[in-house]
Amino acid sequence: MSTHTDKESIDLSKFPADRIRNFCIIAHIDHGKSTLADRLLEMTGAIAKTEKNKQVLDKLQVERERGITVKAQTASLFYSHEGEQYLLNLIDTPGHVDFSYEVSRSISACQGVLLIVDANQGVQAQTVANFYLAFEAQLAIIPVINKIDLKNADPERVESQIEKVFDIPREECIRISAKLGTNVEKVLQAVVDRIPAPAASIDDPFKALVFDSNFDHYRGVVANIALFGGQVRKGDRIVSAHLGKTYEVNELGLLRPDEHPTQKLFAGQVGYIIAGMKDVKEAQIGDTLYLQEQPVESLPGFKPAKAMVFAGMYPMDQSEYPGLRSAIERLTLNDSSVTVQRDSSLALGAGWRLGFLGLLHMEVFNQRLEQEYNASVIVTAPTVPYKAILSSTRLIKNRRAIQKNMVYIDDQRVMMKYLFPLNEIVVDFYDLLKSMSSGYASFDYENAGYQAADLIKMDILLNGRPVEELTTIVHRDRAYSSGKAMCERLKDSIPRQMFEIAVQAAIGSKVIARETIKAYRKNVLAKCYGGDITRKMKLLKKQVEGKKKMRLIGNVQVPKDAFIDVLKRKD
Amino acid sequence: MRRRQLDLTSNHKWPYCLRRCSYCNFNKYISRENNDVMMTECLRRETDALLQLSQVSCVTSVFFGGGTPSLAHPLTIAAVLETVAGRVSLSDEAEVTLEVNPTPEGKSRLEEFCVAGVNRFSIGVQSLQDEDLKILGRDHSSHQALQTIEEARRLRPGRVSVDVMFGRPEQSVESWESELSELLKVCDDHVSLYQLTLERGTQLFRRVQGGEASVPAEDVTAEMYQRARTTLHQHGFLQYEVSNFARHNAVSHHNMSYWRGRQYIGVGPGAHGRFVPLGEGGVDREARTQTLEPDVWIREVQQRGHGTRRRIRLGHLELLEEVLVMGMRMTEGINHKHWQMFSPQLGLREVFGTSAEVREFLQSGRLVLDDRGLRCSWDGLAVLDSMLPALLVELERETSRKLQSDEQRERSDPR
Repeated sequence: MSTHTDKESIDLSKFPADRIRNFCIIAHIDHGKSTLADRLLEMTGAIAKTEKNKQVLDKLQVERERGITVKAQTASLFYSHEGEQYLLNLIDTPGHVDFSYEVSRSISACQGVLLIVDANQGVQAQTVANFYLAFEAQLAIIPVINKIDLKNADPERVESQIEKVFDIPREECIRISAKLGTNVEKVLQAVVDRIPAPAASIDDPFKALVFDSNFDHYRGVVANIALFGGQVRKGDRIVSAHLGKTYEVNELGLLRPDEHPTQKLFAGQVGYIIAGMKDVKEAQIGDTLYLQEQPVESLPGFKPAKAMVFAGMYPMDQSEYPGLRSAIERLTLNDSSVTVQRDSSLALGAGWRLGFLGLLHMEVFNQRLEQEYNASVIVTAPTVPYKAILSSTRLIKNRRAIQKNMVYIDDQRVMMKYLFPLNEIVVDFYDLLKSMSSGYASFDYENAGYQAADLIKMDILLNGRPVEELTTIVHRDRAYSSGKAMCERLKDSIPRQMFEIAVQAAIGSKVIARETIKAYRKNVLAKCYGGDITRKMKLLKKQVEGKKKMRLIGNVQVPKDAFIDVLKRKD
Repeated sequence: MRRRQLDLTSNHKWPYCLRRCSYCNFNKYISRENNDVMMTECLRRETDALLQLSQVSCVTSVFFGGGTPSLAHPLTIAAVLETVAGRVSLSDEAEVTLEVNPTPEGKSRLEEFCVAGVNRFSIGVQSLQDEDLKILGRDHSSHQALQTIEEARRLRPGRVSVDVMFGRPEQSVESWESELSELLKVCDDHVSLYQLTLERGTQLFRRVQGGEASVPAEDVTAEMYQRARTTLHQHGFLQYEVSNFARHNAVSHHNMSYWRGRQYIGVGPGAHGRFVPLGEGGVDREARTQTLEPDVWIREVQQRGHGTRRRIRLGHLELLEEVLVMGMRMTEGINHKHWQMFSPQLGLREVFGTSAEVREFLQSGRLVLDDRGLRCSWDGLAVLDSMLPALLVELERETSRKLQSDEQRERSDPR
């Protein structure tokens, strides 16, 4: 086993393509890929072996707090095998169902994957999903059975599963304990032996794929690239195929996982590059880079990720709009699977409609907004994209989901495919499923396109007058409960006035829920003053300021907070 | 040139009480030693100093509050009145009111107070239920209160006011109604109705918070108020202010001065005043507060003649706001002439005529804006505080608009 300390400079010319391996680790959530990555980094000396190396690659605060990987990170490892030095490039990937887009991006830069399966839990939904991604990309797949150290581990059963579901011979499975380091050396050997070298020649013209990017305040865009041919050095003038813009390479190097500048990068290698890109849009994921004097054919790009969950985001106050806008821009630079659309709400002013890959994705995004950019945001309830159909088409069904097919994985498990209306899934489905099935059921989804559904427009009325900002689209079955909830929230946030206020939720002309705010019968101070009116004036002035911020709907005074209370996500 | 207001009313605070009522958060103290003489002397001195500062030539009414002014010696009252009369013109007809705590001691002094110059009594009855008086922490019984009323009426018939409180713990609408009937049998020509408000830091507040006592719900107190208004009306009382009712025109001139935005000086610890310190060359009316702690106040008066702790100049808008807020509390409201004195360039109609919200108040009959002026209706008065914010918003908007257009005109045509 070789080690290279941080301080030694690395001569990358010593690593021709045939001694390079590019691979990623894919797995279902919590099956141990990050731990395995830690172990690989330790074993190859990229990081010192200490207790603190738990999940080194999970750099983001939110990742550390939640114990999950959000952002794929990359690390180059040096490994000696049978007298030869190899350069192994590892790309860590997120495991949550929300983040499969990150996975597919990483895969495109690799030639093989380590497919990790928990020795007790066995094949799960994400295992399957990720397998298909790798399989479709025609990558070498090395099955790794992890956590063999645990009491309930049953590697034999899992090997059978793998054989049945993936058609991979059980002899190819490597049984390890990433935590203890057992057999991890074998994994490294397998990477060298079974994963093909990248088919990239130094003699070809320089051609690289941008598979990730980071925005650094001081240095600009840092792009992660995988070289598919040629070489590139500091000072070279390169072109990005997407925009046709030319840049000069300022800095480049390896990720170990921290940045390690070098003079050059060669075909088959993976690293980072800084080339004076300053704008979000210049670092397009899936873009091809080439030398100015030697244009090449672009590499196949990526399918844009499909957003599944939408939320409205608004600044607390319109004066904070520019700050929030720049925070969102910076954050989406590092997470291009978020779709951004400007939007405006009558109640909340100018804001955005952001699309996420799932609820977790959205929550992590929010958390990052607050932690990294100090932004305080109003988040309105997520909606799924509806196509409004003017006629009232209805699907008459008893059940909301339609079963599509069913496969028995082994004598303990069955895999079932259902067609669900997306609305049903989006909010808490994943969590509910987990809790209902005690964690055994696992879940993955595909967008099956739009289907006509029984959706209706629900209005909120104050003393008969509709409040536009609060109109929502709900499924018919949900109308009553969400209408009632909205009316209750409004009742609590609208102050009493001189007349009674009827708060109603209605569909068309039919009222489906109602709350009443009683009128004041007396609102005047019958008090002995003693000449001191200052306090009274102060109180009135405060009310005046509050009143200026209120909206008049008909003759009902509605404070701005009332809109926020009704619209925001209930946690 | 605008006619200067050359008179004001003066209110004096005797800050001491024998004990603190459970609901009270006024500036009052239990006196530990007898420094009546010093207090009296300082009251005189400050009265003199402030009257000089105001440069008025006439005082129209005097009010002794506090604390418990009926604890002061009648000579103190006489001394202060003498000082006033020495500095300005104090008519024999000027109203001189003393607040009275209806204990036997207080009752026994009433005659002496009359000799000292008091011609009106305001008796703090609060309740005619002995149980309630205990809860309120009062140091007299209802019987004693009735006796005090009787004595006061004997001495100054037609010039006795009675204070009662509603919204008390354990009170019901029915018990309130019967209490009122009892009161109406024995009271004179003026009644002040006050709603018990829970103030932070008072014993009653703490007890209610702790669950040991409770006050009636909002809707119940609203009902109590309306019933009282009606009952008093039926007995010939005219409600002339939110809390004040009078028969035979026995209104409190002193309080009317407040609501009409007249100037007043405040003398004594914690007293409040509103006047223009012409004596210093002042041009704007100031809101003034005298030092709160008696001992400190005494020292300051001894050192520099008066113990003014705070002075805040009231700008044009601020003054108008006070005129509006106080004026609307009267049933007669604010008449055009009165408003014009404070706002010569912007009349009531100009300020309030255009607002949609005000128009709604007018249409619903809660507010009246006519040839007389602006005022609340019977219904409107009960919800005045719901309308004031809208009125204040309009006032601010219109005055600043007027200011801007005046400035523009000046710029384009500076003559």
